[in-house]
Parts: sequence; C-alpha cells; structure tokens
Amino acid sequence: MSHLEGAVLCREAQVSALQALFGERHHFSFPSIFIYGHTASGKTYVTQTLLKTLELPHVFVNCVECFTLRLLLEQILNKLSRLNSSEAECPTEVTCETFNDFVRLFKQVTNTENLKDQTVYIVLDKAEYLRDMEANLLPGFLRLQELTDRNVTVIFLSEIIWEKFRPNTGCFEPFVLYFPDYSIGNLQKILSHDHPPEYSADFYAAYINILLGVFYTVCRDLKELRHLAVLNFPKYCEPVVKGEAGERDTRKLWRNIEPHLKKAMQTVYLREISSSQWEKLQKDDTDPGQLKGLSAYTHVELPYYSKFILIAAYLASYNPARTDRRFFLKHHGKIKKTNFLKKHEKTSNHLLGPKPFPLDRLLAILYSIVDSRVAPTANIFSQITSLVTLQLLTIVGHDDQLDGPKYKCTVSLDFIRAIARTVNFDIIKYLYDFL
Amino acid sequence: MATSSVSKGCFVFKPDFKKRKISVPIEDYFKNEKLESEDSKLRFETYHLLWQRMKSETEQLQEELNKNLFDSLIDFLQKSHSDFQKNSGNWGCQMKLREIPTAALILGVNVTDHDLIFRSLTETLQNNVTPYIVSLQAKDCPDVKHFLQKLTSQLMDCCVDGKSKEVKSVKTPKKTNYSMDSLSSWYMTVAQATGPKMTIKKRTTSSQWQFPPVVIILKNMESFSTKVLQDFIIISSQHRHEFPLILIFGIATSPVIIHRLLPHAVSSLLCIELFQSLSCKEHLAVILDQLLLTAQFPFKISKKALQVLTNIFLYHDFSIQNFIKGLKLSLLEHFYLQPLSVLCCDLPEAKKRIKFLSVNQCENIRRLPSFRRYVEKQASGKQVALLTYDTVLKEETQLLLEDLHVYHMNYFLVLRCLHNFTSCLPKYPLGRQIRELYCTCLENNVWDSEEYASALQLLRMLAKDELMSILQKCFEVLHSSTTKQLGSTTQKVKDFLTQFQNLDADSKEEEDACGSQSKGLQKTDLYHLQKSLLEMKELRRTTKKQTKFEMLRENVVNFMDNLVRSYLLPPESQPLHEVVYFSAAHTLREHLNAAPRIALHTALNNPYYYLKNEALKSEEGCIPNIAPDICIAYKLHLECSRLINLVDWSEAFATVVTAAEKDANSTISEEMNEIIHARFIRAVSELELLGFIKPTKQKTDHVARLTWGGC
Repeated sequence: MSHLEGAVLCREAQVSALQALFGERHHFSFPSIFIYGHTASGKTYVTQTLLKTLELPHVFVNCVECFTLRLLLEQILNKLSRLNSSEAECPTEVTCETFNDFVRLFKQVTNTENLKDQTVYIVLDKAEYLRDMEANLLPGFLRLQELTDRNVTVIFLSEIIWEKFRPNTGCFEPFVLYFPDYSIGNLQKILSHDHPPEYSADFYAAYINILLGVFYTVCRDLKELRHLAVLNFPKYCEPVVKGEAGERDTRKLWRNIEPHLKKAMQTVYLREISSSQWEKLQKDDTDPGQLKGLSAYTHVELPYYSKFILIAAYLASYNPARTDRRFFLKHHGKIKKTNFLKKHEKTSNHLLGPKPFPLDRLLAILYSIVDSRVAPTANIFSQITSLVTLQLLTIVGHDDQLDGPKYKCTVSLDFIRAIARTVNFDIIKYLYDFL
Repeated sequence: MATSSVSKGCFVFKPDFKKRKISVPIEDYFKNEKLESEDSKLRFETYHLLWQRMKSETEQLQEELNKNLFDSLIDFLQKSHSDFQKNSGNWGCQMKLREIPTAALILGVNVTDHDLIFRSLTETLQNNVTPYIVSLQAKDCPDVKHFLQKLTSQLMDCCVDGKSKEVKSVKTPKKTNYSMDSLSSWYMTVAQATGPKMTIKKRTTSSQWQFPPVVIILKNMESFSTKVLQDFIIISSQHRHEFPLILIFGIATSPVIIHRLLPHAVSSLLCIELFQSLSCKEHLAVILDQLLLTAQFPFKISKKALQVLTNIFLYHDFSIQNFIKGLKLSLLEHFYLQPLSVLCCDLPEAKKRIKFLSVNQCENIRRLPSFRRYVEKQASGKQVALLTYDTVLKEETQLLLEDLHVYHMNYFLVLRCLHNFTSCLPKYPLGRQIRELYCTCLENNVWDSEEYASALQLLRMLAKDELMSILQKCFEVLHSSTTKQLGSTTQKVKDFLTQFQNLDADSKEEEDACGSQSKGLQKTDLYHLQKSLLEMKELRRTTKKQTKFEMLRENVVNFMDNLVRSYLLPPESQPLHEVVYFSAAHTLREHLNAAPRIALHTALNNPYYYLKNEALKSEEGCIPNIAPDICIAYKLHLECSRLINLVDWSEAFATVVTAAEKDANSTISEEMNEIIHARFIRAVSELELLGFIKPTKQKTDHVARLTWGGC
C-alpha cells in the first residue's frame, strides 16, 4: 500500500474510492465504472498502477487502436487468454466477429482456475471511440457481468462526461467517478517529484515554481508541462554550471530563465518550433527569434491564372451575387448601398463566412478581372480542381455532381490580399463589405 | 500519325513508343504522307538520340537541384533516429514526451511534379537510411483501417524485395486483421531477423542500427482527412517504443496546414521540422539555361513556341514535368514535320549527312525561304550554280551549317553578357529573367526596341563598382567558353577591367593636369581672358566635362552595344535556320492547351470545320438544312434565352430541316413529320448528354439552358 502512495500523488480520494469499489479479490464488484476527467488528469495512470500493484487480473485496451469491433473484441480475448496461460505455451489466436461470440468466448476463457474466483477487470481507454462503433457495443459492455454471468468489471476511461454517452434506448447506468483537474499545488508537487538525480529536490522545485508561474495560465496539461520542464531545465542550470550563481540564488536564476520561458510559450509550446530545434538553439545559445516558426511561412506561390481564379472565387464567395453588375459592368449606374440590398445582406459578409457559388459565376468574374482574354481551356478547369485539392477552394455538395458544381473559397482575407498584391489587383475595391 | 479523326483540336500523340505493342516498327509512324520523305527512319533515330541526351541532362539537373534538400532530410532522419536509439537511460529522455520526428516538406503547388521527387527521395533514403519506406496517398486512406492496411502491405513488400525468402516465412498477420499491434510485433521479428545481416550487406556509415526506422511519406498532406491523420498519429505515438516511426509530410501550400489539420493535442506528439524545396520558377530557369540556352544541343525553339511553353508553365500549372513534356513534343513535332531535320544533329555528323542527301532533299533546301533569301544576295553566277548543281549546293550547305553553329556559340555567350548587364538595372527594362531577354532577342533586332534604348541609357548611369562586378561576371562567362571566336572580346573585357582598376590612380593625375591648365591662362588681358573663359565654358558643355571614368563607361556601353548588334541577330536572318528551329507554336498550343469548350462549339456551330464536306460550307449565321441534326438543334438553341420552349424549338427545327423540300412540295406527309419529330428528340437528348441543356421543373414543356453567350 505504501508503494501505491509513493507512486500516485494527489489522487488519494479517487484511489480509495476505487479500492472500495473493487473490494476483496473474490467479491463481485460494480459491473461497470465510468471514469472521466480532463486530459492528463491521471485517469489511465491511476487505474493502471492500481491494478498492477494490487495484482488484479486485468486487460487494458486502447479504443483508438481498435478501430473495428472485431479488433477490439479479439484484443480483449487474446489478452485474457494470455493472462491465463503460463508464459511457455502460446495460446492460439481467437477470432471473434460479433458481441454474441464475444460473450460466449469470454465465458470459456474465464472458466479456468486462474480467473474463476476473482474479479476480472477490462479497462477501455479512450472510451469515447466506442460511440462511433456498433450501437450494441456500449450497452453490452455496461452489463457484461450480467450477460456473461462471470465476475467481471468493465472500466471506461474518457475525457467526456457520461451524459454524452448515454444511448437513447436506455442502458445500465455505470458508477461514475470524476477525476478533477490538478490544482497548481498538485501540479507543483507532482512535477517536483521526479527531479534529476544530479540536482537537489529543492532546486528543481524552485524551477518548477517559476515554470508554472509562466505556463499555468495557458496550459494545465501535466504531460505537456513536464515536457516543457525538461526542455528548458538545461537553460535554468546554466548559471549554476558556469559558476555564476549558486543553487540558492533564486533571483538570479529567475532573471535568467523567465524571458526564455516566455519565448518558449510562443514557439515550442505551440509547436511552431520543434523541441529538437529548441534544444539545439539552447545549446548554441542563439536567439530563438531567428528561427521562423511554421506559421511564418504563409506565402504560397501560385500560377498566374490560379491567382486570378482564387481572387474571383473570393469575390464570388463574399459578394452578394446581385452586386456583380455593379462591380464588373462598365456602365452599371449608381447603386446606393443602403436601399439596394435586402436586410440580411447588410451584415458584413466577412462575419458570415464564405457562401457557395456556381462555376459559371466564377468564370464570369474571372473573365472580367483578367486584363487579357482568357480562353476556357482545359488547363483553366484543371486549375480549379487543383485548387480544390490544395484546400484553397472546397466543393459544396457531392463530388460527383457534374452539372453546375458549386464551390466555396476557404482562404482568409489576409491571404487573398497578399495574392492580389502580387498581381497588382486592388481587391478591396471589389469587395462589397469595404465599399 | 495521320489524323483523319474528327478530333483535330484535342488529340495528344503520346510519344511513348515503347509501350505500344504493335508489330509495326516505331519508325514507320514517322512517315508523313504529305512530305513523302525517305529519311523518316533516320529522322526518328536522330530524334531518339537527341531526346535521350536531353533527358539524361534534365535528370542529372534535377538530381543536383534536389541534392541539398535530400541531404538535409537525410541528416534530420539519421539524427533524430540515432537520438532515439542512443540515450534512453538519461533522465531528460525519460521524462520528455516521445515525439514522432516529422519532416514537413514544402514542395510547391505543382503537385504533378511531386511524384518524381518522392520517387527519388525514396530511392535516396533506401540507400542511406532505411529499407522500410512507405508512401501513402490520401485517396488510398479514407479511414484508419485502410491506412493501416496499405501501410502494412507496403511495408511487407519493401522488406521482401531485397531480402531472402526466409523473411517471407516470418508470420504475417491475417489479411483482415491489420492493427498497429500486429504491425509492431511483425516489425520486431523482422528487424531482429534481418538487422545484423543488413548492416553487412548495406552500406557504410550510419545504417548500423539494429532497428532501422520506418519512414512514412504522406503525399500531398492537404487532401488527407483530419480524422485519419489524428487517429494514426495517436496510435503510432503509443507504439513509439517498439515501432520507430518517422513521418514525412508532403505539403503543397504552406506549413500552416499542419495546424489546420491537427489540433494541439495531436501536433504536440510531433517534432516537426521544416524543409523547403527549390521554387519551381528557379527550377525552370535552370532547366531552360541548360537545355535551350546552350549550343550543346542542336535543337532550338522559336520565340512563339517558347512562349507557349513558358506561358503554360507560368499561367497554368508550374509543372516542370509538363514543361519537359512540352519540350519533348516540340522536338518530336520538329523531326516529324521538317524533312530537313535530318541535319539537326551535331556538326560533324550533319556534314557527313549532307553528302548523302537525296535530290528531293536538295530541292527541299532550295525551297527554304531563308535559303532563297540567301541565294538572292549572291552573285548571279553563284545563284545559278546553287540552284542547279547539287554538289555546289551541298558544299554551300556545309558552310552555312557551320556558320549557324558558330552563330549559336556566340549568340548565347553574348546573350548571357547582355543579361548580366540588364538584370541589375532598376525596373528591369529587358526583363529580370534571361528567358524574357531571350524571347525579345529571338523575335527581332533587339537594338531596335525602346526597352533596349532605355536600358542603354540606364547603363550609362551605372556606378563604377556595379559596372566592374558586371564586367567581372561577363569575363567569367566568356572565359568559360571553349571556343576561340570571342577570344578578342574576352581580352577586351579584361582590358576594361584593368582600366577600371587603374582608374583610382589615374584620377589623381587628372586633377593635377586640370590645375596646370588653368594656370596657363593667367597672363592675358581681360578681353582674351573673357574669350577664353567663354570658350572653355562652351567646351565643357559639349563634352559635359567628361571624366576619365565617364569616358571609359561610355566605351564599355558602346562596346556592349556593338557586341549585341553584331552577334544577337535574330535567328530568322540566318540561312537554314529552319533546320534547327521549331516554330509550329499553334500545334503545340493545340496539343498542350486544349480548349474543349471551344472545340465543341466549333464542331456544332460550324460542322464544316471538322467534316470538310463542301455542302456544309455556309455563311455566318445561317443554318444549312443538311447539317447533322444536333448542329441544327444547337444553333437554334443559341438563339433562346435561359428557358427553352420545346414546342417552339421543335417547330423551328422542322422548318429548318424541311426548308429545301418546301419549294417542291408544300405538304409534308404524316410519316415525314414523325421522322422529323424523332430526329428532333434524338438531337435534344444528345444535347442533354453533352450538358448543354437540362430538364427543369420551373415551367412545363421547357428545358433549361446551361450555356451562356451566343444570342
């Protein structure tokens, strides 16, 4: 038990609740337990450590990996039979297609001496994926104890609340257990727990304190914080290694690390710069500002007509079709903005997002914004399609609708302005919203 | 290759000879009925040889261009993998997240070229990093199941390929059951079985890993669905320890797409580093430089054809592959259409071939416009000799070809020099790229153009250091050539350079000289002084007080101007240029930039264009009643508005069809009526099939028109 306390920090209440639920080995436990909580709140870790230290027979399955029913069921059965058999003999792989088979096979597997008299635990991690599988799966697992008539408990781990799971046909209600987020104190305690061997625990705890001061507002993910802590620790130690400051010289150390951490928040935390690049920068002691992040490369080089097609698509997406006359006809006369449009068109189109437009409208606008004559060659049409594959345009409706396909333009205003600038086209003049 | 087919406008003749499994030898396709040339076989062989040379040249170029990118990629892969292998005992490594190393490869929007890059990348990686390389496409992976299925099967293939048969017997997972679990256990067994063996067999330095990484290339990442990517990354990050995976994302647009596709929870599992390939415009510049702007290959392209090719590239697709295909097509067309293209080969070979030219071919030479122009300039005795004696003609042709060769040698050298001069000018009056300059020079005398004049003016204002660097570059260009023709020019450029260098020293002396001159004026009376001062002023105005530097600059510019005027003559002025220049730009455009809508409209609106039936010839606007039914219906529908009344349409159709018979016989039998009605219905349904009209529910007995224009 003491080992458990050392391994699991700040989750005493949950651990004791679970232990109470599990009871003695041969006791029948609650048929299904639903554990939920935010990312990195220790659900998986606590369950796994608990089951391992108590040496309870259990099967741990991650539902992301088992994207089909069959994979999921077979994995459970195979792991169970491996539990059963001694190490030397390799059990044959079972095949199991339906839940019905699963119940039957489950009975067979758990009928052995090993598992007969104790509760078997099936843990389904990332249980939210179960909702996308067959409809009978979740209710089935919830009452697995009843269906198989065996001493079994199914534990679901999920980041989503139980209410989002409940099928509308009704089902057996599991025992719901909530893992609350770690508080800042908890995080401090857990993160300081595993300090590097060459430094004292206090020194590392002080570092963690500074780290949390910077990152706690944006990130409470324990894994991520731990990752960041390791990445930036060498920088924190630098003055100590160089002999410029002692381990207790917290102020000096703080002044050294704080701007560095802030920079890390803008770059490596967002994965603008990869962690290996960050480490390299730290080692070479260069300014991280020099390395451009991923988002800095927004420029896309496009063929000349593709640029115009994109501009035309943008105009078609954000201008009401009725205003096309005004923008693209020479003698359009004056149209006042206020009384010309219906009421709903008066709100900014940029707030409403892009609207679908037919291909013909796109081509008509294209012909009027390009200075030279554009022949409707096969290349122009294939360019439209390649813009769709580049995700700069999207096709509305089904792909195989051949007559009158509709598109939407998905690029941002900044992007299209940059494109328009390269071809000397003043797009703002043609946008109804900016009139 | 005779096109008796209707589809004149959009028929692409793929010059992919090897794949055709017909008993006819390929050369026979080269027989052009119109030209009746007996050299077709020879021409084909010449074409083939020349193309092989050009192709290997381009491949080599592309390899060199990609080398940098690949090297840094390999570096990244090796480093991240050896990091992974090395320090797992370290404290930091235990605590850190296990990130999947990911290379984001930005390749530009020319998706068609990516395949080639990926293919050579795969090859390079196989040679240097790991045998396990899988490349996946979005269309193969609609969900995680297919993703893993594809991954597994490809992975096992690449293992079986090189290795012995024993590996095959290692248990492979069941067909239906692909999971990451089975995959990683398979990997472990295979890597253990083959690992040590491979290190001996495979090459040198870094591949001594027990567990080589598995590289997955995702081609065109934009088209992958987010769910598949996310799930796969989550799954594989859980198996990171036993399945050392490295991802390569092929990105066509910009790396922001990664953030758009993957939420932070997933992207935090990746260690993404960016790699950027050469921009395709630079790529094109290099290809042009090495293939066309050189005397190495005898084949040349005229201005119009070159413009068609570059326009397709710049305006439409940015695809290098397509550009090279276009080049290949022009080469093929040239050898097919021009009987004298037998002479389009290296000079010694061409000279040999001239000796064996047939009477017909000699006649062909005489018919060439450029040759005729040349003959007209000769003395009358020689004219007669050239036009009557084949031997004289052949000798002359040899000389002319030699001249043409020399002309090209000099042409490109001078062109490069001129480009060095003009490419640094503000606003680039003659274009920033050498291809633009080349196009202007190909068309006509470049020195007659306004841009050239303004460029010269700007050149006359250059500063000394700029001028010197330009001259230095020109000197390098000229010096690099092996020919002796421009030897004196090279010397001259060198002289200019030394003169500029000496200028600093000279300038001091010059000042002194000025000073002494003014001293000489002192002892005169006022009148003379006034007069001489006036004279000096006049003198200064006319010479604009030229310093030595300005004089030298003037000299350099004039020298350049002279060079241009004597060497950059347009190719049309050269006799026999037709032999090496391909100029049929319109065929190129027809083949490469087809306009299906226009072709369809022409076929329906003016059936004579394709059917060549004299009876169909008609004036603009009227409809001949013997035209195919669909044409009549189409023409009538052009006159309608958005919705077409079927009854009116059918009546108009009947009127047109029976127009001729009406004169003879005013009443039409019931049977005839029914036939006409049936013909109308068939025509309308054909139009519907072609997508010109569609049924509508807006109005009864109406169809909606899907085309615009016409009325």
